[in-house]
Amino acid sequence: MKHLWLTAWADIIESLRAKWFIVYSGVFGGIVVLLFVFGITESRIMGFTGLTRLLITYIQLTIAILPVFVLITTVRSVAGDREAGVFEYLLSLPISLSAWFWGRFLGRFIVVFLPVFLAMVGAVIWAAIKGADIPWVLFSSYTGLLLAVAWCFLGIGMLISTIARTADVAQGLAFVIWLIFLLFLDLILLGIMIREGLPSETAVMISLINPLQVFRTAAMVLFDPQLVILGPSAYVILDLFSETGYIIWAIVYPVILGTLCATGGYYLFKKGDLP
Amino acid sequence: MIKFNNVKKTFRRTEVLKGLHLEIKKGDRIALVGSNGAGKTTMIRCLLGEYVCEGEVLVNGLDPRVERELVLKDIGFVPQLPPPLKMPVGQLFNFSASLCNSDPQEMIKVSERLGLDFEELKSRPFVKLSGGQKQKILISIALGRDAKILILDEPAANLDPDARHIFFQLLAEKKDAVMLISSHRLDEVAALVNRVIEMDQGIIVLDDRVEDEIDLNSILKTEIKIKRVDEAFAKAINLWSFESADGIQWHGTVSGPDRLRFLGVLSRYAAILKDIHMEEKSGG
Repeated sequence: MKHLWLTAWADIIESLRAKWFIVYSGVFGGIVVLLFVFGITESRIMGFTGLTRLLITYIQLTIAILPVFVLITTVRSVAGDREAGVFEYLLSLPISLSAWFWGRFLGRFIVVFLPVFLAMVGAVIWAAIKGADIPWVLFSSYTGLLLAVAWCFLGIGMLISTIARTADVAQGLAFVIWLIFLLFLDLILLGIMIREGLPSETAVMISLINPLQVFRTAAMVLFDPQLVILGPSAYVILDLFSETGYIIWAIVYPVILGTLCATGGYYLFKKGDLP
Repeated sequence: MIKFNNVKKTFRRTEVLKGLHLEIKKGDRIALVGSNGAGKTTMIRCLLGEYVCEGEVLVNGLDPRVERELVLKDIGFVPQLPPPLKMPVGQLFNFSASLCNSDPQEMIKVSERLGLDFEELKSRPFVKLSGGQKQKILISIALGRDAKILILDEPAANLDPDARHIFFQLLAEKKDAVMLISSHRLDEVAALVNRVIEMDQGIIVLDDRVEDEIDLNSILKTEIKIKRVDEAFAKAINLWSFESADGIQWHGTVSGPDRLRFLGVLSRYAAILKDIHMEEKSGG
């Protein structure tokens, strides 16, 4: 365990000094600041105002940015480290491969999750100073969702960076995978597939296994419990899960998917050439 | 101590190691020479358990791929190209020492002997240091721990003459350690070793003993006289910290193990050399 934490800490220090982390933190911190500057807390939409409104907007923006950011930065830096000879040197030190791999995973998870979470915490602190009500249930649910989605895409990123031997290939592969998820996020595409004879159950199944769609639907459930904006497919989801059940699925499924991908990555890493 | 038994390594369709057989015994100090693509780095990576290979690699009877921690705790490694680590030097020492169960103070002591100011460098990112400083840090980590096997890939390439001399002294102190020193040129490392292994296209083409009685601690007091003042010569000899009042007569010191390399430099100016005198002084 000591070696695992040492590796995690080393990865955190490496990441904190990297340019991608500055951009990454700047983007999420910047979003919250911009939402305040543009008076989103004062506006009213579907009955939501104040911090609730800000958190809903923030989570919607996060769906678009977080997965691709986590994927690209993870695969780029891990595969890049391999190319640059970081693995050759650090793996010549007496450390087990499991401590190394999972230490890096843990360190990287802390680094990708903290800025997103801290931006939300910043918004809550600001709202508290201004005397606004804090929607703690919404805040906790969003924290769980963000944690799950960061874990999921980090696991996928670690798998890609183990498979791809160069940073360029890894980045290309990560982008293609993100595009596939994005494609099936498109309800129009699913609509066309259903019109062409795809059973509606299969379309719902695709939505339920696409981590992007799961994250997006869960974010919707939190402010629209009847999923009115989803139309008839809401019946399938709510009948299958219920509101709370779907939130649990939206947290548990991405964590399992991320863990499975990372575990697959670990076995490939352990089996193959290290540098 | 180290055994390579019919070791083969293939990358896609290219066979880089073609059935390597080699036994390294305690007390062996080996120069591993060969041109680019000869298979030196691949061999080192197989020894460090970083590559999967056919055949058998054993270190003290253990497979470095399976018993990583047990094997690597005895191996100090200096790579040819320093890794672009962003962590500060102080943290790198602590990180390495913790993994190796060593005292970081020992690594700091070695770095200071090599001429580094640890207090000044400890908070600077490793990647921002000069090539020579990085090399010294990596040498400090490898020599500041209790390593029984030293694998050094072009270790002195970026060192100035003073640091090279200290480096040779440090190696001399590691009397019982097995050394595998990889280099493109034999003259760079000849004086440090007692065995030479030359590789070419994935096989060992030469495995020979070297009888060299040179004391790794020795210093040669050197005087050189040239026929006329020469700018290029002055530039080259200044790199060895030689001094001259008139540009004709030069004096300085050369580390014993560096003599072959030094004479190699002088050979480029054979046409203007008039007199060379080298006298060994005992002790460092």
